[in-house]
Amino acid sequence: MNPRVAVLLVFGAALLLAPVAAPPFWVTLLNYIGLYSIVSLGLVLLTGVAGQTSFGQAAFVGLGAYTTAYLSLNHPALSPWLNLPIGIALTSAVALFLGFITLRMKGHYLPLTTIAWGISLYYMFGNLEFLGGHTGLAGIPSLSFFGIELRSERHFYYLIWAIALASLWATRNLLDSRPGRAVRALKGGLEMAEAFGVDAGRLKIVIFVYAALLACISGWLYAHLQRFVNPTPFGPIPGIEYLFMAVVGGAGSVWGAVVGATLITLLKQVLQDWLPRLLGRAGNFEVVVFGILMILLLQRTRDGVWPWLARAFPQKKPLPVAKTALLPKRTRGNDGPMLVVDRARKQFGGLVAVNDLSFEISRGEILGLIGPNGAGKTTMFNLISGALSLTAGTITFEGHSTGNRQPFQIARLGICRTFQHVKLMPTMSVLDNVALGAYLRGRTGVPRAALRLDRREEAMTLAEAATQIARVGLIEHLHTAVGSLSLGKQRIVEIARALAADPCLLLLDEPAAGLRYLEKQELAALLRSLRQEGMTILLVEHDMDFVMGLTDRLVVMDFGEMLAQGLPSEIQKNPVVLEAYLGGV
Amino acid sequence: MTFSIAALLAQDGVTNGAIYALLALALVLVFTVTRVIFVPSGEFVTYGTLTLAGLQLGKPPGTVGLLVGLALIAGAMECYATARQRAWRRLPRRLALYLILPLAIAGVVYAAAPLALPFPIQIVLTLVIVTALGPLLYRVAYQPLAEASVLVLLIVSVAVHFVMLGLGLWFFGAEGSRTPPFTDATFHVGDVTVSGQSALVLLSSLILIGALYLFFGRTLYGKALRATALNRVGARLVGISPSLAGSLTFMLAALLGAFSGVLIGPITTIYYDSGFLISLKGFVGAIIGGLSSYPLAAAGSILVGLLESFSSFWASAFKEVIVFTLIIPVLLWRSLTTHHHEEEE
Repeated sequence: MNPRVAVLLVFGAALLLAPVAAPPFWVTLLNYIGLYSIVSLGLVLLTGVAGQTSFGQAAFVGLGAYTTAYLSLNHPALSPWLNLPIGIALTSAVALFLGFITLRMKGHYLPLTTIAWGISLYYMFGNLEFLGGHTGLAGIPSLSFFGIELRSERHFYYLIWAIALASLWATRNLLDSRPGRAVRALKGGLEMAEAFGVDAGRLKIVIFVYAALLACISGWLYAHLQRFVNPTPFGPIPGIEYLFMAVVGGAGSVWGAVVGATLITLLKQVLQDWLPRLLGRAGNFEVVVFGILMILLLQRTRDGVWPWLARAFPQKKPLPVAKTALLPKRTRGNDGPMLVVDRARKQFGGLVAVNDLSFEISRGEILGLIGPNGAGKTTMFNLISGALSLTAGTITFEGHSTGNRQPFQIARLGICRTFQHVKLMPTMSVLDNVALGAYLRGRTGVPRAALRLDRREEAMTLAEAATQIARVGLIEHLHTAVGSLSLGKQRIVEIARALAADPCLLLLDEPAAGLRYLEKQELAALLRSLRQEGMTILLVEHDMDFVMGLTDRLVVMDFGEMLAQGLPSEIQKNPVVLEAYLGGV
Repeated sequence: MTFSIAALLAQDGVTNGAIYALLALALVLVFTVTRVIFVPSGEFVTYGTLTLAGLQLGKPPGTVGLLVGLALIAGAMECYATARQRAWRRLPRRLALYLILPLAIAGVVYAAAPLALPFPIQIVLTLVIVTALGPLLYRVAYQPLAEASVLVLLIVSVAVHFVMLGLGLWFFGAEGSRTPPFTDATFHVGDVTVSGQSALVLLSSLILIGALYLFFGRTLYGKALRATALNRVGARLVGISPSLAGSLTFMLAALLGAFSGVLIGPITTIYYDSGFLISLKGFVGAIIGGLSSYPLAAAGSILVGLLESFSSFWASAFKEVIVFTLIIPVLLWRSLTTHHHEEEE
């Protein structure tokens, strides 16, 4: 049997038998571990993977718990099961609102802001009369499941762990999907993700709501398990502890959430049991020892416990890419020039970086944009790709004015780019990196991905990515982590990623920079073969040999203005160009 | 509300705000130089007040024990680090800083505490003890993780906060303390009575902020810290040691915390766990300043102080709700006016 399956089976059997075999005290602990795991799973996605730190999850747990507590006590006719969707609706509304505000914050703003509204909500719970103030609400009914009342902790155990495992399954599915790839790119690859059509602001809010909903579900379970709620477990300190769990367990992986919840819960229990016996006084030494252990642990293993544990397990082999149909291609225009730049102007304050530049890109050609350092080439490039907005003039692509569109809208029209400084996700495989390029060609959203309803589209996406990787000649590196490839190969991966978006126009920003001679030759061969297949390419480049041998036509810029345009052989003899490059001969 | 009540509330708000401003400055400073979000800054405040209260009773406070403990650990860590790098020449200087100096301070405090010292000397001793904790804390908890992500550093900060909180209960007990006022004088400005205490708090905060301004603008160490804040690698290349910068920053932050503690002691009763909410309000002030601008952070803190004092008049149960909720529109405004950069980690 596959050893991974064996490990999972043992884990499953242990979970299933635990409430029968273990003493009640342990069942209670396991129940709490389950509840905490559900909340930390949300944090793994939100904080560990997407890099959006939140201290406020406890407040969302509170929203779930208080909603059902209030409804159960004041509207007993309503089934507690109905309170869950009501709680979910309420939490979604609150999370949408808070996410809309908080997720605009830069990195470190976010955690502090989440503390602020976390505390706000906590004091609300404690001061609102109808929520019982600081004493809380008692006498919440337990749940019943098809007529069986879940009175004992043992019964509840199965419900909690069924939901915990379902959340784990859903979160893992989500990470391994179209939106999941985009979420993984949010941390450290934001600009790149946006260039491939990811609406990062919206995606952040979606996963923020996702994490809040997991917290809300955990709160709903908590209220019916405890049958009593007060504000204490929803305050800032528990909010911090949830984050502790995710980070200590290993915030990069869904299993880290379960490991972290288990470790922290057990550790606190052990400390509470043993420290008073050892130190003989009922002080607050748990907190001290707990804190010291956390510091030591993080000094030893920054990525948490799970990556370290995972090494002991046999690694999962990547699945081969299925041979299925590829993603449908876009319809292409066929008359007139593809892109028209008309008196494009970009000013930074008093500096005119691009001064009323006009040129065209025809179908199926490789156009080189060259010029000395500081000529405004990259600025012009960014104006076309949408990374910068025009001060004046127009840029028209296939009849659409692109001058003031966002990068992801321009990507949608069929213009795709590579980056001068390679922007790949180093820990993701070549396949995943390239598949991110096809983001705009898929439709799967978070709910579909979480429920695994996206497999047909996902298979097509991966097949498409693999095809593009084969097209650029990197098929033997399909499952290699991108960070371990040479710079030359990484640049090629960037081109494959752009190709996966099915572009009409490929924008390459200094693709030959930093490459060795042979790598340059391979790159040139690749670009020639792409042109033969009908691709239109705009190339910004320094390297004269590379440009002269490859391009069909050249536009030469200097000081933001057009110096000359024409065939490479003409440009080579143009006295004005020679003057600009060589300072007069 | 009459004018005189409003004036009184405003005075309260500005006084508390001035203290939050000091904390906000400490937070901004620590974050920009070391990327650490300094959650335990509140503990430095409570340690400041409660150490002073302890000295008033004529006994060496528990913080001195912590100083000795941290110095021993830091000394051991330095010995281990130098043994691994075989850089023995550096050892005497480092041991002098991390081991001998703190132990000397502790010795002086043990010797001097039972003597009925004058109040100003007690204040100086308090500042020295608590300030000395800063660099040691950096050495022991943060320096081994200096290159870790902001998230990991944040979690370590929270852990340090827990440790200091638990130790605070052990050192000072669960009862709160208040220290005697610096002055009983009052002034009349028109119809409004201004207490000398408030004036003193405001004045000393202003002086401290001014001194920091001069330190960062005019001295070599200050400029080195600013350089580290802007570009760590670059600072290192021109010979600024990141661990020195870190220690120095934590020393300043500890000083600011201890100073706030001494200032707030006569105004409110401080318990071992009062620090968290106080530092949070400093945080909020710092957030308003974008965690990078000192004057804006100070202005933000005064705003927090005012919000707090007026909302405690109208709806005291909802004081915290109002303060932390009203911050959200300010944050929204900040978020709309701040240019977004991608954080490289």
